[in-house]
Amino acid sequence: MVQLLEDKDRIFLNLFGRENPGLDAAKQRGAWNATKDMIDMGPEWIVDQVKASGLRGRGGAGFPTGLKWSFMPKEVGARPHYLVVNADESEPGTCKDREIMRNDPHLLIEGCLVASFAMRAKACYIYIRGEYVDERIALEKAIKEAYDAKLIGKNNIHGWDFDCYVHHGAGAYICGEETALLESLEGKKGQPRLKPPFPANAGLYGCPTTVNNVESIAVAPTIIRRGAEWFAGFGRQGNTGTKVFSISGHVNKPCNIEETMSIPLKTLIETHAGGVRGGWDNLKAVIPGGSSVPCIPADTCTDILMDFDALRDVKSGLGTAAVIVMDKSTDIIKAIARISYFYKHESCGQCTPCREGTGWMWRVLERMARGESSTDEIDKLLDVASQVEGHTICALGDAAAWPVQGLIRHFRHEIQDRINTYRAGKPVTVSQMAAE
Amino acid sequence: MTDNLRTIIIDGEEIDVPNHYTLLQAAEAAGKEIPRFCYHERLSVAGNCRMCLVELVGAPKPAASCAMNVSDMRGGPNGEPPAMNTASPMVKKAREGVMEFLLINHPLDCPICDQGGECDLQDQAMAYGRPGTRYTENKRAVEDKNMGPLIKTIMTRCIQCTRCVRFVTEVAGSPEIGMLNRGEDAEITTYLEAAVESELSGNVIDLCPVGALTSKPYAYNARPWELKKTETIDVMDAMGSWIRVDSRGPGVLRIMPRVNDEINEEWISDKTRFIWDGLQRQRLDAPYARKDGKLVPVSWEEALGLAAEKLSGNAKQIGVIAGDLNSIEELKAAKDLFDALGVTSIDGRQDGAKLGTGPRESWLFNSTIAGIDEADAILLVGTDPRLEAPVLNARIRRAWLERDVKVGVIGETGDLTYPFEQIGSGPEDLKGFGGKRSGFTKTLKDAEKPMIIVGMGALARKDGAQVLRAAGELAAKVGAVKDGWNGFNVLQTAASRVGALDLGFVPGKGGKDAGGIQAAAKSGKMDTVVLMGADEIDADFGKAFVIYIGHHGDRGAHRADLILPGAAYTEKKGMWANMEGRVQFNARAVFPKGEAKEDWAIFRALSDRLDKTLPYNSLEELREKLIADHPVFGGIDHAPGHATAAEFDVASIGEAGDMGTEPFRSAVTDFYLTNAIARASKTMADCSALKSAPHAQAAE
Amino acid sequence: MSARKIALDQPESFSFSKESEKEIKFWLNKYPEAKKASAVIPMLWIAQKQEGWVSEPAMREIADRLDMPKIRVMEVATFYTMFNLEPAGEHLIQLCGTTPCWLRGAEDLKKVCAEKIGPRGQVSADGKLSWMEVECLGACANAPMVQIANKAGDHYYEDLTAETMGRIIDDLVAGKTPKPGSQTGRSCSEAEGGSMALTDGALYDGSLAKKVKLPNTSPKKEKA
Repeated sequence: MVQLLEDKDRIFLNLFGRENPGLDAAKQRGAWNATKDMIDMGPEWIVDQVKASGLRGRGGAGFPTGLKWSFMPKEVGARPHYLVVNADESEPGTCKDREIMRNDPHLLIEGCLVASFAMRAKACYIYIRGEYVDERIALEKAIKEAYDAKLIGKNNIHGWDFDCYVHHGAGAYICGEETALLESLEGKKGQPRLKPPFPANAGLYGCPTTVNNVESIAVAPTIIRRGAEWFAGFGRQGNTGTKVFSISGHVNKPCNIEETMSIPLKTLIETHAGGVRGGWDNLKAVIPGGSSVPCIPADTCTDILMDFDALRDVKSGLGTAAVIVMDKSTDIIKAIARISYFYKHESCGQCTPCREGTGWMWRVLERMARGESSTDEIDKLLDVASQVEGHTICALGDAAAWPVQGLIRHFRHEIQDRINTYRAGKPVTVSQMAAE
Repeated sequence: MTDNLRTIIIDGEEIDVPNHYTLLQAAEAAGKEIPRFCYHERLSVAGNCRMCLVELVGAPKPAASCAMNVSDMRGGPNGEPPAMNTASPMVKKAREGVMEFLLINHPLDCPICDQGGECDLQDQAMAYGRPGTRYTENKRAVEDKNMGPLIKTIMTRCIQCTRCVRFVTEVAGSPEIGMLNRGEDAEITTYLEAAVESELSGNVIDLCPVGALTSKPYAYNARPWELKKTETIDVMDAMGSWIRVDSRGPGVLRIMPRVNDEINEEWISDKTRFIWDGLQRQRLDAPYARKDGKLVPVSWEEALGLAAEKLSGNAKQIGVIAGDLNSIEELKAAKDLFDALGVTSIDGRQDGAKLGTGPRESWLFNSTIAGIDEADAILLVGTDPRLEAPVLNARIRRAWLERDVKVGVIGETGDLTYPFEQIGSGPEDLKGFGGKRSGFTKTLKDAEKPMIIVGMGALARKDGAQVLRAAGELAAKVGAVKDGWNGFNVLQTAASRVGALDLGFVPGKGGKDAGGIQAAAKSGKMDTVVLMGADEIDADFGKAFVIYIGHHGDRGAHRADLILPGAAYTEKKGMWANMEGRVQFNARAVFPKGEAKEDWAIFRALSDRLDKTLPYNSLEELREKLIADHPVFGGIDHAPGHATAAEFDVASIGEAGDMGTEPFRSAVTDFYLTNAIARASKTMADCSALKSAPHAQAAE
Repeated sequence: MSARKIALDQPESFSFSKESEKEIKFWLNKYPEAKKASAVIPMLWIAQKQEGWVSEPAMREIADRLDMPKIRVMEVATFYTMFNLEPAGEHLIQLCGTTPCWLRGAEDLKKVCAEKIGPRGQVSADGKLSWMEVECLGACANAPMVQIANKAGDHYYEDLTAETMGRIIDDLVAGKTPKPGSQTGRSCSEAEGGSMALTDGALYDGSLAKKVKLPNTSPKKEKA
């Protein structure tokens, strides 16, 4: 039997918004506890704790958070340091940061202070996606509470002058890419920058900057409060900690849930999401880490563990741990075509392979969903995807290519069948997914 | 191995390259060709076309070679030098992929595209693309955008490289072009499709690697391979920009820049580029004489006879005024002739600039144009370089942009494309300025290499000589002239002016200057006035007999009693000295119009008639004599710069005395209409009209 | 989607209201003075909330205020898809059509919108409603869902069915304010019927507020 996460080990105690998100209630749930003691231990100590916890970035790429923090210059020169929190949660399937920001905002704000101090930053911007208007208002309210209580701001009780600002976007998935986010925060189009230079060197306003996901920052104070080894005790080596999973699609009870890393996918779905619609055997495929990772077919899902390494081994990824479940009624070609449309819609248009390739892939997939294609074209599509992958300025090109590659890897036969049906002159019905 | 060099391996061969090189530059140093569209060495790096991808040995993905430095390369695990491949299968696949993506939505309209034959996309598709197409979807169409009378747009061809956006934003300092929308819907446009207002806008046509932005006046006129290409220099301002004149038969069909890092880099102004239709209009193609009040064509025989008759009169009653476009040779021939005739009222300064009496450095741009790249503080006095020399102005802008060089202004100017401190407006402010210890005076004093740039707005006025002296005193006071640096600069506006001053084309003993000649003519004390293309003056000469020698029917010709048709700058060989004192050769692209002759030959012919035969029978002989008489013209392509800084003597610069109170105003009010060719150009007229009424859009 | 274009019909001028000015001040305070261009998205948004859309004079006004070239502001306004470049309905329904919502019936909602409002992108005759399909709104565990922009705010309506979608539209037309959030009544994204997680009362009884002693804080020299 798999060891499930117990309530006492959960970090986000108001994930479901049943409690008051305000400062007093948050303190009752353990937020802002011993924060001053953390600051008193100094920046190096904080970075060491986060490193020791094994925390890997929760925004998708899974880069070790402590290591990232350590890239910031150890001295503040002429240019101020900045922490920028990536709250541009836009990866289809992902909806966890939203709950943190509206229900447990103080954990995030406390994390902003601690992380900023660890990186010698006096200011932090939280870049929240434009659509999260209510979440932004909730966050602003919590920040005001923190200012009023002198937890942050000038001459606060923690002894580290620190300003925390909310900034918002206005509808652009690409701004979740850290350098596009910085461009957007500077008042420009969200077009990713060339790297190097990396943000730790020249980020916001040309200053040393670290960009972290909401969840990565919000878990940091609790990790330090309870000890790096406590956090490292969950999940497998290199995949430690607790994690908020978003479960959507064809499950009986879609939800967000904080669980241990490396939890088996089947356990996750059956324990927390009420199981696959129509039973486990009715499962067709799962996209385990947000729309950009390749899907995995049902037989792979049975034993797979939800962590970075296990999913990489099956040529998929943990990404944002957003589990999109598709049952046997799913027209998977159309489902992936819709994802391709998303990437076409969200391409910033800056570099050639993504600007031109995303639209091409989407158009081919739309035809394939109708069967209006040919066997050759399946390989052509795969080749086009490979011409996008790895050739772009940012990872959006890869993110657009991977779902297509996953589809062809696991469901080539379905595409072929549909082509055969169409070529035989038989009617092809393109499914319009309907609620049960 | 020095700190700056690094050994890397390119395609298996070791090479030492500077650490700061990009991989693209390193590959070029190794003789490898790297295709590119968005990359341009004079613009910021965008890295967006992805055509220049190379393989970094050991890396999983190819890298954009334009955007990565040699210093960022990683060596092998056992200390091997870093290695990159420019022709491996990975690179080939990447290039083929990018090429295919660029072409799927690019129209197949090369046969009707003006870029055809000189198109980067066309060339690189041949070299790096796959044959055939795999794209079966519909192609994207993009609506064309209005960008004014100069730039024609066919936006479906655009490959979104953003060179044009970067150029107007960075170099021209006129951020009017942008890329709207995103993804495959991204479109290049100006704000509300307004005309681009920069005087450098035409450069985006050269920068555009495809046929999206082309020359509107040149549209559908010719194919590049039909054109005769003549490498020559420009005379629209005093920079002496390097240009290439493309012609077919008798017609100049377009003008493009050539690279010269010391002068124009690779930019030219819109006047330089689009003037060419003015070369076909309002031309003086035969001698004319005024008979019964009307100008009628006459033979050269008759015209020369008439001229000789008028010029054999009392030398004291003859005045000669040269214009802004004359070559040194024709000025020399004229001067030799009129000296022989005893005429002393000659002047090469139709604008009345009080220059030409002191040493040569008192009328030159002594820091040199490239010296702007070293300057660390700049004071502009009575000049608006944006209007007077837009390409030079772009260098000042870059000094501000890249090095935050402070600019101060005394005089009235418009938007210079960079921020400046307004110190004052006239002579009073110039006088008081040097004595101050704070503010911009301190900035200039503290500067290593300060520049003071004095324009014709400060010198072509009654107190010009006194202003010149004051500026010279200021230069001395702030330490602008020292060993290795001469920061005292005169910004000339006329291409012929430095040559004329170097020749001493100024009044001789007892002679009158341009204003004096005109005044004397009006009061009946001057019988004959010779205008050598002098059109920038009000052409009222009373009852004097006016002989106009020039190429365009402009102000001077309209007043003339006798017209001897000459050749425009594209139609003759000649020498010009630019504002730096750099003597450059022009080349002939087409022949003079009709019966027109090269101007020096007209004076040679006249000299025969006047029994003062000039001692040269060919241009070569003339040049020999010229250089013998004036060795300064022997230093071809050389700008003296700070060579004479040690001898800089304020007492020899201008004249002491009181200055007036009138504010300094730029000598150029309408950039597009500064000479007779420009005023004959319909394109320039359109630009001028748009500038004066920017909201009246040119009809598409 | 074809290229987004600014409306052909533009007002003569634009000025920010008093309330908007207060907002602008709040936002401008967040950025260094030399970096005030950072406020361009918030200011465009404020203009949109004031007028319902972003007009060309508004872009010009914002460019002036932030010392930005006009074209840069227009680039931003056309890049970010939340900016309405032409007037929308009083209630703008933004329907998520991306795969997680599509899997759970977004197509049904589209049909309802098309039937009750009309073709997407077109404002209903009474000016009250318009709808559009948008990309993932980040509420996937509450799919399918829409965001409705109006004077009341920009609220999410989640766990929709064709029926509840229809009712919400009817309520809006009737001038009522439908309750935002999950339409099945669950709290945020907690599993329907109550999660098995976060049920331990000790989490909420204040015991966690007791000052903790941080682990791993003993100085290293003690270990030696």
